[in-house]
Amino acid sequence: MKTNDLILQTATKTVVFIILLFALHIFFAGHYYPGGGFVGGLLTSGAIVLLLLAFDVKTVKKSLPINYRLMIAVGLLFAIGTAVGSFLFNVPLLTHAFGYFTLPLLGKTSLHTAVLFDIGVYLCVVGATMTIIETIGVSE
Amino acid sequence: MINLLILPIIIPLLTAVILMFFAKKVVIQRWISAISLSGTLIASLILINKIDHDGIQTLNIGSWPAPFGITLVSDMLSALLVATTSLIALCSVIYSFYSIGKARENFYYYSIIQFLIVGVNGAFTTGDIFNMFVFFEVMLMSSYVLLVIGGTKIQLRESIKYILVNVTSSALFVITVGYLYSVVGTLNMAHISERIAEVDQPAILTVIAVLFLIVFGLKGAIFPLYFWLPGAYYAPPAPVMALFGALLTKVGVYSIMRTYTLFFYHDTGFTHEILAVLALLTVILGSIAAIAYKDIKKIVIYNIIIAIGVIVYGIAMMNSDGLSGAVFYLVHDMIIKAVLFLLVGIIIAITGSSDYRKYSGLIRHYPILGWTFFIAVLALAGIPPLSGFVGKLLIASGGFAAGDAVGALIILLSSLFVLYSLMRVFLNSFWGDPAGSSVNKDIPVGKLLIPVIALVVVAVFYGVCSEWINGYIIQATEVLMQPEIYIKAVLNR
Repeated sequence: MKTNDLILQTATKTVVFIILLFALHIFFAGHYYPGGGFVGGLLTSGAIVLLLLAFDVKTVKKSLPINYRLMIAVGLLFAIGTAVGSFLFNVPLLTHAFGYFTLPLLGKTSLHTAVLFDIGVYLCVVGATMTIIETIGVSE
Repeated sequence: MINLLILPIIIPLLTAVILMFFAKKVVIQRWISAISLSGTLIASLILINKIDHDGIQTLNIGSWPAPFGITLVSDMLSALLVATTSLIALCSVIYSFYSIGKARENFYYYSIIQFLIVGVNGAFTTGDIFNMFVFFEVMLMSSYVLLVIGGTKIQLRESIKYILVNVTSSALFVITVGYLYSVVGTLNMAHISERIAEVDQPAILTVIAVLFLIVFGLKGAIFPLYFWLPGAYYAPPAPVMALFGALLTKVGVYSIMRTYTLFFYHDTGFTHEILAVLALLTVILGSIAAIAYKDIKKIVIYNIIIAIGVIVYGIAMMNSDGLSGAVFYLVHDMIIKAVLFLLVGIIIAITGSSDYRKYSGLIRHYPILGWTFFIAVLALAGIPPLSGFVGKLLIASGGFAAGDAVGALIILLSSLFVLYSLMRVFLNSFWGDPAGSSVNKDIPVGKLLIPVIALVVVAVFYGVCSEWINGYIIQATEVLMQPEIYIKAVLNR
């Protein structure tokens, strides 16, 4: 019997973008409000899991051709990179720096190297979650 | 450079990540991991030299001042252990090139080993009790993977037990740190020590001391918490077994040493008495088991337990002889246990059996292997010019100095059991009728022996030059005997 998932798939197509935007919001709000790399990453992988539920593994792999194991490695590289960067300035490891910059659209914004570390966390969380789910999903 | 003491942690970490990009290119992986571990070893030797000249090195991560941020502390003890760890890791990895097999190498084997070294070096270097928990977990997670990678039946069975025990003990670790934090209100180890000294260790802190003993005893396998170790260490292949046997339990012992000399030294009549009794029971039961088995892997595994007992007994004495003996014996035992496991791996690979009654006359076909094994056994038992001697002598004299003649005699007698348990293996498998074994051309014994002989040379050097090494050991013991030095270095008082 062939099931028809039209409602689920259509709803998914809209909802996924809302979840992704929410994840991004949570991620960037992390310094001043509850949130950060970890929840942001989990929400993002939640969106991808919703895609996996509505479609199948093959379709999702085709539309998101990402190697999640490499994603973990890249994330770790970001996190360690911010740590090792302090070697260049001869300050203790993981000493962060920040400053205020006037950006074209956003105006006066504070940029902090801790965000780079958080991007590492984010990529690691997404990579690890998706590796677990895909590995369990594919093996019989 | 201020960041010198982080190098033995950050180099393997960076390497582990880089290796993840070359998951299927085995040759590149081998080169990168060998080069980076050599780099780690060199960095740790430079660190020892630096501490020798300038005293304890501390690094406040993120430039936050001492009790508020995470502080990494490298005193002589931790630097010596970090250097030993790096050396053993390098030799095990070179040994793995010729023995571990493509199936494992293709599944992040070298990457995981680097993560294991991150965990071990980090646990030795950290000056923050919760950070120590985190490094314990880094080490344990990697050891779970190393135990199960390959997926044979025995590995699957034993890793379930191993993970179950370690998850339980980690939960207990968190609970204990929670108790300690609720009493002293800080996590920085120097600051904890200072605050405990202020309140003079009331009963609740003695309870926490015993809880720490249970946690670290589970990790380090002292009586009666060693039940998980013989099975778990029996399962993995030889180089992994060498890493486990040489490093993992010793981290538990180091933690007991650190907490019992830095935190809980006010009520030694109770805590250190327990420690001494448990250590002696560990030695006795380990000795009984070591002579009971006919299986060479099991014999070496129970020798780990004996050594743990001996070291812990040295810690329990709390005098300078006992502690310096414990430090001396700790480093010796890490090296020599790695040697023995790697040798046992070669013997099993050649003969295809771990029961030493099944073969004889190996020395006719493999003379170098035989004599290496012989020297390793003598060093382990503590025959005078070799490395096991000075440590055990100091521990025993520490026991006599503390008025515990029975304990010291048990420690000395355990040497006989150690010697008997392994000399029996030597006599049965290497001597005798050479028809009982033959040359196995599939095993590159010559190449496998290179890292092993390198480690044996270091062990012999460690024993013969103990006069020179002793200068470093004294510096390590000084910090253990006088916690004020440690506190002063960390809190800049």
